[in-house]
Amino acid sequence: MITIARLTIGEAARRRVLWVLVALAIGSVVLVAWGVDRLVAAIRDQDQADLQVKIVVSQILIFIAFMFTFVLAMTAAFLGSPAIAADLESGIAQAMLARPLRRSSYLLGRWLGLSIVVAGYAILSGLLAIEAAAFVSGYTPPNLILPIGYLAYQGILLMTLALALSTRLAPIAGGAICVVAYGLAWMSGVLGDIGVALHADGVALIGDIGRVVLPTDGLWRGVVFGLEPSFVISEIGGTDAARSNPFFAAEPPSQAFLAWAVVWLALVLLVAINQLRKREL
Amino acid sequence: MRIGPQGREGVLLCEECMPRLSLDAPVIEVTELRKLYGRTEALAGLTMTVNRGEVFGFLGPNGAGKTTTVKLLLGLAKPSGGSGSVLGAPIGDLATRRYVGYLPELFRYQPWLKAREVLILHGELLRMPRGERGTAADRILDLVGLADRAGDLVGKFSKGMQQRLGLGVALMGEPTLVILDEPTSALDPIGRVDVRGIIKAARDRGAGVFLNSHLLSEVEQVCDRVAIVDHGRVVASGSLDDVLGQSETQVHVSGITAGDLAAFETFGPPSLEHDRLSIRPMDPARVPDLVNVIVGMGGRIHEVRAGRSSLEQRFVELVARDRAL
Repeated sequence: MITIARLTIGEAARRRVLWVLVALAIGSVVLVAWGVDRLVAAIRDQDQADLQVKIVVSQILIFIAFMFTFVLAMTAAFLGSPAIAADLESGIAQAMLARPLRRSSYLLGRWLGLSIVVAGYAILSGLLAIEAAAFVSGYTPPNLILPIGYLAYQGILLMTLALALSTRLAPIAGGAICVVAYGLAWMSGVLGDIGVALHADGVALIGDIGRVVLPTDGLWRGVVFGLEPSFVISEIGGTDAARSNPFFAAEPPSQAFLAWAVVWLALVLLVAINQLRKREL
Repeated sequence: MRIGPQGREGVLLCEECMPRLSLDAPVIEVTELRKLYGRTEALAGLTMTVNRGEVFGFLGPNGAGKTTTVKLLLGLAKPSGGSGSVLGAPIGDLATRRYVGYLPELFRYQPWLKAREVLILHGELLRMPRGERGTAADRILDLVGLADRAGDLVGKFSKGMQQRLGLGVALMGEPTLVILDEPTSALDPIGRVDVRGIIKAARDRGAGVFLNSHLLSEVEQVCDRVAIVDHGRVVASGSLDDVLGQSETQVHVSGITAGDLAAFETFGPPSLEHDRLSIRPMDPARVPDLVNVIVGMGGRIHEVRAGRSSLEQRFVELVARDRAL
């Protein structure tokens, strides 16, 4: 498994995926720093209080994080979806699986290697963006580890789904399904929150179902919660308007949800292993 | 391969207790092996045995079940029926694969790795000791004629070079069984000669070589035994002498008619078709006597051919006969 994980990371490096991701991370951080600096300067020119600066910067960070989660989702889907399928189509996998290598070890090795790449990209980009914003504005989110952790786990979840689909589907099909599933999960979360705000149980249920089927939206709420200033949460957290806002989270993901997100990943991996074991190569 | 001292009852005990390899056991033994893909029967009861120290040619037309057989032997697909063993262990056994080298028909290796790195990767998958992988890779690169390309990316290799690399991958770890699926399909004549030498060397060190090839002249040159398969079962098998059958003499002759054939019956059963007199079987040593008889009868000889059918002729004959049944 470790051999395959190392091979996967090596592949990402040799195929320049790693360097492209690092370059993208640095490029986006420079843009974030420049944008936040300009906005903070504009706010301070209007003699606004530091409180206003914190609110604006936190909202910008959340908005950037939202765009980044989409980029991360695409990255995860397009790294995971060819991971098994392309190797099987080309015959590279058959040459390796004719060795004393279990199919489960091969799949878990691919998963581990890609998880490190995806998590590394999320952590590097997230940390650099937050630190850059803090450097130019003075605002640091109350908790650095949680939002970045949720962000990275979200990427790993989606990559895992793509990898599982890759045991049966062509790369392009698996990638497309992942991106669509991610979008649907996010939309179901938004609808669910509107349902909660309007006290419409039926609509609220859509959000709950979405988070069970694909827990990415619930993790996104964790990212949002971790980036918000605590006084904003205490001031407006209980209002219906805030609850229906997809860029606001009144509370972190529940322990039960996080446990489900872990179980979900394990189940998807088990299904993937089972599918690969059954497949005639 | 690292094998410990010989154990009881002629069984070699491998280090790390896996797997138990028997010197006497065939490297491949399958009985009534069947494989169904949906309603399509790819293998319909294949029975064959391949021994250590022999090159076994596995021949058949497209769709005969050759690649399916290879996949079953390697555990890449599961049989629908029958039984089989590789190196004494049930087919598909994971530990046994450490002693099996495989060159797939569609040879593709990580294009972003260098040739030497591919071999070292397979050494790692074979669980060779870390210190031995590089040395083994260098030796094999030299063997397959890629020593000067060791540091080049596989993605920049020609097909022929990739096939040479694939042959090298199959030979990593000095396997007891080498399975080669069309090993020279992308090679030039010089490469083919090299591969024949490598196959013979593997046989000479005691490995069993299972050679799946369409190049029948090549099979004739290198194989000790062959099996011809069609529709998923063996239609003929044995040594080349067994499969190719008895010698035949053909004479391109004029001035002889069907009424003269009785004079040739002392050489063997004769037949005459147009200007071709055929006697099969016939001892090639009696060709001068036959020539004397024909000349004595006033016949004019234009050409004499003595020998057995080529494998290609025999192959076509056997497959055509099987399909007529």
